[in-house]
Formats: sequence, C-alpha cells, structure tokens
Amino acid sequence: MLELFLHLLLLFGLSPLLSGVIGKTKALFAGRTGPPFLQSYYDIWKLFGKGLVISRTTTWVFRAGPVLALAVPVLASLLVPFGAIGAPLSFTGDLIFFVYLFGLSRFFTAAAALDTGSSFEGMGAAREVTFSCLAEPTVFFCFIVLARLSGSLVLSTMFGSVLNTAWQSAGPSLILVVACLFVVVLVENCRIPFDDPNTHLELTMIHEVMVLDHSGPDFGMILYGAAMKLFVLGALVVRLVFPGTTGDVLFDTLLFCGGMLLLAVVIGVVESTMARLRLLRVPQLLVGTMLLSFFSLILLLR
Amino acid sequence: MKNLNPQLLKNGEAVGLESVPILDFAEFSDCLLAEVRKQGRIAACFGVPAAEVGGDLEIFALVARDRNASVAVYRTSIGERFSSLTPNCPQMHLFEREIAEQYGVVPEGHPWLKPLRFHSSWRAGHDAWNRQTDQHPRIGEMEFYRVDGEGVHEVAVGPVHAGVIEPGHFRFQCYGEKVMHLEISLGYQHRDIERMLLGGPHPVTMAQMETIAGDTTIGHGLAHCQVLEALSGCEVPARAQAIRALALELERLANHVGDIGALAGDVGFLPTSAYCGRLRGDYLNLTAALCGSRFGRGMVRPGGVLFDLAPELAGEMLARLAAVEGNTLGALELFFDAPSVMGRFEGRGRLSRSVAEDLGLVGVAAKACAVPRDSRFFHPTGVYRQLFDDLITEETGDAMARARVRSREITVSIELLRRIMDNLPAGPVRAPTGPLKGNALAIGMVEGWRGEVVHVGLTDGDGRLRRYKIVDPSFHNWSGLAMAMRDEQISDFPLCNKSFNLSYCGFDL
Repeated sequence: MLELFLHLLLLFGLSPLLSGVIGKTKALFAGRTGPPFLQSYYDIWKLFGKGLVISRTTTWVFRAGPVLALAVPVLASLLVPFGAIGAPLSFTGDLIFFVYLFGLSRFFTAAAALDTGSSFEGMGAAREVTFSCLAEPTVFFCFIVLARLSGSLVLSTMFGSVLNTAWQSAGPSLILVVACLFVVVLVENCRIPFDDPNTHLELTMIHEVMVLDHSGPDFGMILYGAAMKLFVLGALVVRLVFPGTTGDVLFDTLLFCGGMLLLAVVIGVVESTMARLRLLRVPQLLVGTMLLSFFSLILLLR
Repeated sequence: MKNLNPQLLKNGEAVGLESVPILDFAEFSDCLLAEVRKQGRIAACFGVPAAEVGGDLEIFALVARDRNASVAVYRTSIGERFSSLTPNCPQMHLFEREIAEQYGVVPEGHPWLKPLRFHSSWRAGHDAWNRQTDQHPRIGEMEFYRVDGEGVHEVAVGPVHAGVIEPGHFRFQCYGEKVMHLEISLGYQHRDIERMLLGGPHPVTMAQMETIAGDTTIGHGLAHCQVLEALSGCEVPARAQAIRALALELERLANHVGDIGALAGDVGFLPTSAYCGRLRGDYLNLTAALCGSRFGRGMVRPGGVLFDLAPELAGEMLARLAAVEGNTLGALELFFDAPSVMGRFEGRGRLSRSVAEDLGLVGVAAKACAVPRDSRFFHPTGVYRQLFDDLITEETGDAMARARVRSREITVSIELLRRIMDNLPAGPVRAPTGPLKGNALAIGMVEGWRGEVVHVGLTDGDGRLRRYKIVDPSFHNWSGLAMAMRDEQISDFPLCNKSFNLSYCGFDL
C-alpha cells in the first residue's frame, strides 16, 4: 500500500519537473536563464483554472481525447517499476497491454483531432499514426529481448533484478535496447529530432497540431498526460541503465529520481545540439531503429 | 525592330518627360519583349493618368540594363484595354495585374488576372472585374486555383498566423504531404502609400517612406531621397554618401543575421537561433549609436543625412564591430557545420536559374539561383562606385543557397563597413535641396537587404509629384516562393518561406 502511494506520488509529483529540467538545459546552451524549473506545474495549474472553448462542429470524441491522454499514462505506470519500487500491478503478458494502452490513447487523440475537421489537425493525425506504427515494432523487439533474458512476460520481472546479471551476460544486446528505447522516448514524446515541441509553425508540427483546438482544463490534462508519458517511458530507460538496488527504499528512490533528471538533461542536450529531421526522414530513422532492435535480439539468440 | 534607342538614364538621374517619346502600343510591347530577350529586366512598370482630365492612361516601363548600368524608359498610351505582355514575358505578370487594379483597365489575354491588393479602383467608374465601385472590395475575395481529385486536399494558412508576423493568406493544393500548387494572396496591409505622395513631397512624406517596410527603413528612405535629389539636381556631399552606405550595410547585417537565426529556429537548431537573435540586436544598436534609432529612422534625408559620424564614435563602432564580428562568424560556423542542419536545408525549395530569370527575381533569392543581381554592383551610387566589388552568387538555388548568400554577404558587409569608416571623407553631411524640376521623371535604385528597391517619381509642370511608384523586392520575389514550393513537402513550407523572408507590407504598399 505504501509502495502504491509512493509510486503514484512520484508519478503525479515529479513528472512535470522533467520538462522544466529539459527547458533549463536548453536555456543553458542558449545562454539564457530560461523558465523556472516549476514552470510546467504553473502552466498546468493555470490551465485547470481556465474556461473551455469547444467548437460546435465537434462531438463527444473531442472531449474523450484529453481524458484518455491523462488516464492512460497513469494506468500504464502501474505496470512499470520505478527503480526499486516494484510495479503495483502485474500479470502475464502485461507488456502487450502496456503497448496498446498507449495505442488506445493515440487513437483517441487522433480521433479528437479529426473530429475538429481542421485540415491542420488531419495532417497531424496522419503523421502521428504513421510514425507511431513504425515505432511500435521497436518497442516489441526490445521487450522480446528482455523477456528472453528474464524468461518472463511480466514487465515488472523483465525490468526487475534480473537486469543485474543480464548486463554481464548480454551487455551488447542491452546497450542496443537502451539506445532503441531512448529513440522511442524521443518519438513518443515529440522531442527533437522528430518533432519540435516549441515550434509555432502548424505545418511542421506532428503532435502539437493535433491538440491545437483543446483549451483550458482539457489542454491541462493533455499537458499533464504528456509529462506522465515521458516519465513512464523514461522510467523504463532509467531502470535499464541503473538496475542496481541497495535495499534501502529511500536511497533507491533518490537514485531513481536522479536517473530521471539525468535523462531529462540528456534529452535537453540532444535538443540543444541537433536540428529537427526532415519529415520524410523520420520514417527512415524509425525503420533503422527497428533494425537495430532486431539486431539486439539476434545478438542474444546467436 | 525600330526604336530600340530609347531614352536612357542612370540610377539617381532625372530626364525631362518631353524627351521620352510616346510609342504606340504595338511598338511599346515589341520594344519591351526585345529588351527582355537581351537580358533587360523590368524594374518598374506603372500607369500614369494623362495630365488633362478624361485623357487616356499612359504606361511607363523602366527596363534595367544591368550590363551597361543604365535604365531604358518606354512610354505608351492605352485606352480601356490593352493586350497583355505576360504570356511572352512572365516578369510583367504582377505589374499588369497592378495596373488593372489601380486604373480599371483590362490586360487582354492575361493568364492570371486577379486583384493584387483588393482596393477599389483609383479611377471612379472603372473596374477591371466589374465590381461595384462604391464599395471597398473584401480582401482575399477571389477565385483561388483549385485541384480536384481523390487524395487531393486544400490547406489554407493565414491571414492570422501563429507567430508574430505580418498577415498574408496562403492556399495550398496538396496531394498527401506534397504541394502541387501554392497561391499567395496579400493586400491585408494596403495603406495606399503611392497616392499619399501625390502633390508632394509633403512634410510627412519622409516618415512614410521609412515605414513602407519597417525592416528596410534605410533602403526605402534612400531610394526616395535619390529620386528627390535627382529631380532637384542636388549633389549629395561625399561624407553623407559614406554615412548612408554605413547605415544601409548595418541594416543588411542586422537582417541577414536575424534571418539565419530564424532559419535555425525553424528547424529547431537552438545554438545559432539563440546567438543570432542577440547578435541582430547588437547590429541594430550600432545603427542606434549612429542616429538614435535602432531601425535608422530619421537618418537619411534629402540632400544628405541628419547625423554626422564623430571620429570618436567611429572608433567606438569599429571596436564594437570587431567584437560582434567574432561572435557572428562563430554562430554561422555552428550553423553551416552541423550535419543535421545541412540535411534539412539542402535541396529544399529549389528554383532553377531560368525560372528565376523569367520571374525577374531580385536580391538574395536571385543570387541564390546564380543570377547576378545587385544594384550596388550594376547601378552603383556614392561610395559603392569605389568600394564595392564583391557580387555574391550561389549555384544551387535551394534554401541552403539562400542561407549561404546571406552568410557570405555578412562577411562582405562587415568588410565594407571597415573600408567605409577607414576612408570617411571630410566635409558637410547635408546639402540644400531646391525645388523639383517640372515635367520630369527620376529613378532611385537601392540594394536593400532583400534586394533591389526601386522608386520612380514623376512631376507635373509645377514640380510637384504627379505619380510615385514604389517597387519593393518582395513584389517580384513572392512569385518565386510560390514556384519554389511546387512538389515540395508541405511541412517544409515554413522553412522555404523563411529562406525567402519577404515583406508583406512592402508588397501591399
């Protein structure tokens, strides 16, 4: 019970901080002060206090998008261990449930975008589903590698203590898995080089353009959900990189939090030093990543 | 081909109207087509209502002959209709639409006859589209070109944009992500500047000229002053010429540096985007050191400049320039050395040399297509006669080439600033201007940072302005952007648009 409480506390409390850290890192590279670390909290708080504007052409689908965008990452987080804090919920095959939970939220976000009838949002929806169906196989290949290593189809076991020995027996394979999952984190959370979360140019947007019509609390839910999604997917990468536990819950939790902040810094560095990819190049890079994840499986099976 | 010996004039010169013969229209159009075949370039073409009430409309065409630094003037008279030159000379396309809109005459056989700026006709009772003449037309109300078919969709952007930029409407016909056609519809900022000058110059005129396009304050101000100085026969002191060139180059530097920063921002390349934003401010501050206004307002006035450059200020500016130069070159190096940036810009929004020449592009956009266009080089005035010899062109015609032209012009301009400040002539900075000559025509061409700014003034018998024509470089270059988007990805439009970075209000006037 305490673990569940701690789990949710970390998720709800810490997730908006990541984008603050990314922002500060980018500001550091640009020689600016940047927005405060807590800016995302202020933004979400502000949005929840605002009114809603809803287009008359939309239906209930439009309202369902943000709800799922918030609910899905919360549900998905229950399947994922946060460092030494085990997953509150697990069952055999939950890895498939995990992947398709995000599929569900994407379906509703895209449907909500199409519901507005805007040509911009239609383009964004088309792009989003194209890219995510290319990212999906990568996730599965990575999970198969981990399932093979741990001999289990349960996420919490796959990302459990078995990783300690796995790094010694299958290091090269795991390095590839970490790289691939990091790319997935960038794609799924619309970070540079795949998407630019800060751009104002609708024609180049992927994810941002789909939520243009949402406002107030709905938009707040989307922002909060996006922060949690980054947190949940990031937790997988961090867990892979820092699999060790000391047994001291407090220390392990701090280690995990440190890992998450480090991940945010790394994302900030990537965003500060790279230009965005051309939209046509994104699928090519994703297919490349998929092949990389496939190699990691071959490395393991040879 | 008879009469290919037209009246010639140089940049910053005036001719008496009586020495410009009125050709009949067939002869006029033959002459123009022959000029364009011989690599002439339509610098300006405009209608002038005849002096007496109810008379015919006269058309003036000024053809720049770059290779011998002169401008040929042709003049004809038309009735309610004339046969369009556009099918044989695409450069005339916008000029003819403009004449049709302003005076309600119809260029017959024009393939794309639509309003440009959506104002009502200047001659009451005449309208090329038979619209109601007592009402102001609604901006953007016209038949857009449409493509139909399965998988074809239309995307409309603007006039209100997501960024803090000027209003303009863009209509894309797309097949999936591919753009088949882009139509650009402007006119949202039409202020009727050309007619504000009639009967002038007025006391307020100079301030108006400086705001034709706010980012080209010096460029437009200078072109206007050249026209007035030519018409009044004023000789501008050498020191004033040098200070004007300083201001013009600083304006170019600020905008080119800002543009490269904005290009980096569009592809999410943070370092250059952040540095260039600040560096642009540094160049603007240099202009402010010169005249107290970051955009050079109040700097250039007929007869010279209002602010002298004291030796200690010149020294301070040189020292500041040296510091800023190092930072600028560093930011540019980051930009042009990053593979992810190269990959984003190379091959995007490509224009061929022949299209650029056909459309009569000028400035950065033309230079990027290997078309040599620079009035500082071909039609020099003042210190450019001695100090400027670095005409830059690039071969590839893509967004990368446009970025490279800017980057190379930055180094040239910095060098030029040094040379000007090292060779600053002594003497006064302003000469008195007398009254304007009557019945005369004068042209002022200035290479603003976007390209060639052309002003043409015509006076009546009393020496007051009877017609004033302004051609901003954007007037030519918007068509270039539309052509560059053919078969491009729609997601690359913002990048292509930024690589041209054209003025909306300079077009709208």
